[in-house]
Amino acid sequence: MELSEHIKTANVEDVTLRRPFHPALRGTLCVTSHHLLFSDRKDEDSWQLLILLRNIDATEKRAVGSSGTITIKCKDLLVLQLEIPGMEECLNIASSIEALSALESVTEMYPFFYRPSHLTLHGPWGLSSTEKYYKQTERLWDRWRVSTVNSDYSVCPSYPHAVIVPREVDDEKLVQSARFRQGGRFPVLSYCHHRNGMVIMRSSQPLTGANRKRCKEDELLLQAVIDGSLLGYIIDLRSTQQAQQARMTGGGFESKSCYSHWKRIHRHHERGKVLQESLIKLVEACSDPSHSVDRWLSKLENSKWLSHVHSALSTAGLVVECVERDGHSVLVHGSEGTDSTLLVSSLAQLILDPASRTLTGFLGLLERDWIQAGHPFQQRCAHSAYSHARLKQECPSFLLLLDCVWQVWRQFPLALEFSEALLLRLAQEVYASNYGTFLCNNEQERCAAGVKENTHCLFQSLLSPDIEEQYLNPLYEPTDLAIWPSVHPQSLQLWTGLFLRWTEYAQNMEEAREEVWSIVKEHRERAGPDRTNNTPSTHCDTLTPFENLMDELTIL
Amino acid sequence: MEHIRTPKVENVRMFDKLTPRKCMVGTLYLSSTHTIFVENSEARKETWILHSLMSNVERLPTNPSGSPLIIRCKNFHVYRLLIPQEKDCVDVLASLTRLSHPERYGELFCFSFNPNLDKELREKAWAFIDLKAEFIRMGIPRNLWHATAANHEHRLCDTYPSELYVPKSVSPAVIVGSAKFRSRGRLPVLSYYHRDSSASICRSSQPLSGFSARSSDDEQMLQAIMKSNPVSEFMYVVDTRPKLNAMANRAAGKGYENEDHYTNIKLQFIGIENIHVMRNSQQKLIDVGDLVAPTMSDFLWGLENSGWLKHIKAVLDAGVFIAKAVAEDGVSVLVHCSDGWDRTAQACSVASVLLDSYYRTIKGLMVLIEKDWVSFGHKFSHRYAHLDGDPKEVSPVMDQFLECVWQLMQQFPCAFEFNERFLIQLHTNIYSCQYGNFIGNCQKERRDLKLQERTHSLWPHLWENRAEYTNPLYRNDHSQTQGVLKPLTTAYCFKFWKGMYGRAEKSVTSQSPADCLNAVREESQQLEEELSTHQEVPRETDAGQENCRAEGEDFRGEEEDQEVV
Repeated sequence: MELSEHIKTANVEDVTLRRPFHPALRGTLCVTSHHLLFSDRKDEDSWQLLILLRNIDATEKRAVGSSGTITIKCKDLLVLQLEIPGMEECLNIASSIEALSALESVTEMYPFFYRPSHLTLHGPWGLSSTEKYYKQTERLWDRWRVSTVNSDYSVCPSYPHAVIVPREVDDEKLVQSARFRQGGRFPVLSYCHHRNGMVIMRSSQPLTGANRKRCKEDELLLQAVIDGSLLGYIIDLRSTQQAQQARMTGGGFESKSCYSHWKRIHRHHERGKVLQESLIKLVEACSDPSHSVDRWLSKLENSKWLSHVHSALSTAGLVVECVERDGHSVLVHGSEGTDSTLLVSSLAQLILDPASRTLTGFLGLLERDWIQAGHPFQQRCAHSAYSHARLKQECPSFLLLLDCVWQVWRQFPLALEFSEALLLRLAQEVYASNYGTFLCNNEQERCAAGVKENTHCLFQSLLSPDIEEQYLNPLYEPTDLAIWPSVHPQSLQLWTGLFLRWTEYAQNMEEAREEVWSIVKEHRERAGPDRTNNTPSTHCDTLTPFENLMDELTIL
Repeated sequence: MEHIRTPKVENVRMFDKLTPRKCMVGTLYLSSTHTIFVENSEARKETWILHSLMSNVERLPTNPSGSPLIIRCKNFHVYRLLIPQEKDCVDVLASLTRLSHPERYGELFCFSFNPNLDKELREKAWAFIDLKAEFIRMGIPRNLWHATAANHEHRLCDTYPSELYVPKSVSPAVIVGSAKFRSRGRLPVLSYYHRDSSASICRSSQPLSGFSARSSDDEQMLQAIMKSNPVSEFMYVVDTRPKLNAMANRAAGKGYENEDHYTNIKLQFIGIENIHVMRNSQQKLIDVGDLVAPTMSDFLWGLENSGWLKHIKAVLDAGVFIAKAVAEDGVSVLVHCSDGWDRTAQACSVASVLLDSYYRTIKGLMVLIEKDWVSFGHKFSHRYAHLDGDPKEVSPVMDQFLECVWQLMQQFPCAFEFNERFLIQLHTNIYSCQYGNFIGNCQKERRDLKLQERTHSLWPHLWENRAEYTNPLYRNDHSQTQGVLKPLTTAYCFKFWKGMYGRAEKSVTSQSPADCLNAVREESQQLEEELSTHQEVPRETDAGQENCRAEGEDFRGEEEDQEVV
């Protein structure tokens, strides 16, 4: 079926558009295969609103006399209303939106049709990869190697074609270890600490099962990770009880007797449905401004969203403590190793590694540790907080990561090179995008669909010089230290920039951000051309007056 | 000095709340005004705790390592000490208990505090804020309002300032009659005049109306206030109490204005709770900040249960209502509660901050506090327990006003010239009794105490250090700076004030865009210092890194290794 067959009414005149904090507008509404377009059709100064149909999470229809109203709730949390004269037109538009916003086939999605004139399809795709990371990280060369045992995705369907493993473990052992891990996700290297060479590994749970199976190769692999040192930590992202229960369904955990040099710590993390419902509750609480303070706080508490932020940051802090302070390597896993595992290991890197706090470094981290590592974006982000559809595989793991990063950024306003705007953009793009970056569930699927050949890369486009600036933090001052966020509940806050994005509240903040930029720019001009390009300076340099001002400015 | 049983104790340990395993060893000295802890380390770091800031000193049962002593301060700092000998601890406790509860004004620190200013400078300092000039700045039309000498020598109302602004049209007899009909003689007088709309904010105490009493003088007074705003045909009377409380007062011969007796008034109840409710609420909030390793749910539940943010919202709502009436509707407002010195002061001053950008500057906020709080008889010494007295008189009224301003700063990061630190500094000084500004309960009492001759004024001191209190995002030509602020009062806009109530934590990490920008400077300086220590220390030892966490959290907890069987 052609996409256009879903469109019974392509154009409606005299539609009224209502959106928060703007006067109602009259104009023409058009539905195309991928977009909803509203235009006020003024000859001069015409205003248009273009919404990706993919961005629409839910629609609600209401009949008022002969006309109909469609409420459109977007995945980026914007809510719009369209008043459409003519009931039939209204129903047609609504059914087109419903069908076209929920396309199943990847190659029918908009990134495969997005062809802006300033971008070409040829040339390199993406910023980082296993091989690049290996090449950059000299510390790895001695004891670690890049294995392409998964080059045809047969060992682990959700892993990339190349992974980093201990040099002394050959591919045959990897195959055995993969058989012993859920989904074939055997332990691979995620990060090597620049300061002491300790590593963060990630995997899925071992398939020990009820009768406590063992796998010699898996044990050898982990032994090779700590190589001679006496201890490593396994951070199991389930409670002891849950890990115990997992054995009944064929899963399990690394027992002390088989992995004698590994010390296991359990930390309970919610996953899947529970997280998705938490997001739904939070967004619901935020969208009703009539709540009393008591009711609001009770709903905020009840949503548990901040509790999830709290656990993610605490566990990431624990990983950092093991690596940085105790000087031991860490293996992180939960059950499948595709959600909280990635969340914790990437947050730990952000805290530990100055390189991952630059704009390029952070995007590279997301690319390696989320996209290539096989976080099933398509399943997880099929719907957001408004959808009435029955939950399947939806889970806001990535949104939770962005929220945690925002908390770190708020506590260390100078330490990250990127700005809140980047996190907000990513929160939007992950659900609906012109770019192919977040399509599919893993590299194998992306290969099969030809994502690299037929779509553009979001991260590359974010780095293009003309738009990069809005994603930079004007106050950035690199520090080489680990940035330990406080996880005391009073230090964690609701991410108003995201959850209250479409309220007046956000507008004043935007003004303040602009003010910071203008102050910084003014001072950069004064300081002369040699400082205009945010030259990396260390805290040890004698502070220039300009830098003093930078220190004064806060986290806007 | 006679209260100090033991002036010096050695080998005392001072603990950090969040990293209880770490502590400093040093010597504790007791002076007549301060307790001083000097670390034994090479740096000889000193911690000074003002006795008048201590709210409570508590001794825990002696354990093998010594006797623990906890000092809680009125600015929410908490100090935890361990004194090796129980006897010393008992002595210190007895001394501090007495020293932190002065019985006479003369014992207060402000009377011994001497910053070495000569007489002339001291007088000049006291003249730094000039309320007469402030009423001129407001642009009061001389044909409609004037200063009356009716309260000369405080003969009309002993808790009001001697100079009062009233409508020019009222006769002295009406003034006296109105004062007689108001609780404690606190008649309706001008608090703020809004030049752009010619509407005004007046304040008073509740009328002695009971169930049926009336006073034609008081009615004329309100009529005159309404008439001094030529464009409006009615005025609001804002009773900041919950309606039920106001009604209950009628039984005691007080109450609220009967709309049938007063022509053209509209009565509006706002529902700010009384000082007792506020005191209990704040205590619950402090307990929330004190929780050791709370979960997110504990914290949010505690916050809700304290009711604190609900009360802050009520105060802000009152201000928003008044500001809207004055600026948008051009209607004058008379504000009162019971006595007109707590909730009335809050509502009037919050409304003024919203209405007039001047009060959003450093100097302007000082003027506002001097006008609406100090001169109009807010009972500072009672509310902030400057002297040992009735604990039921204590209540965080001013805390709430400062917090309303802070909440506004969160919403309008560019609108205020001052930063969070300024508010915290004000808060500390209101409690600390180091300067004479907030001593006593009204102007008359301050005059009788001869405070201007015997103590120093805080304002010039803050003004000299204003660089430290300046918000770099403030620009007096910014759109947020101009005109009337219209804040959202949706529940989700109200935040826990971590800079104030989270002070048991080591550093004040910045909370939100509008937070004091200096906190960031502090933070980065701290990072810098840590970086340099870090570089001096070999990598293997983790001294430098350990401090780099925002606040020392122990991520690992106790259940390090639970082997599953």
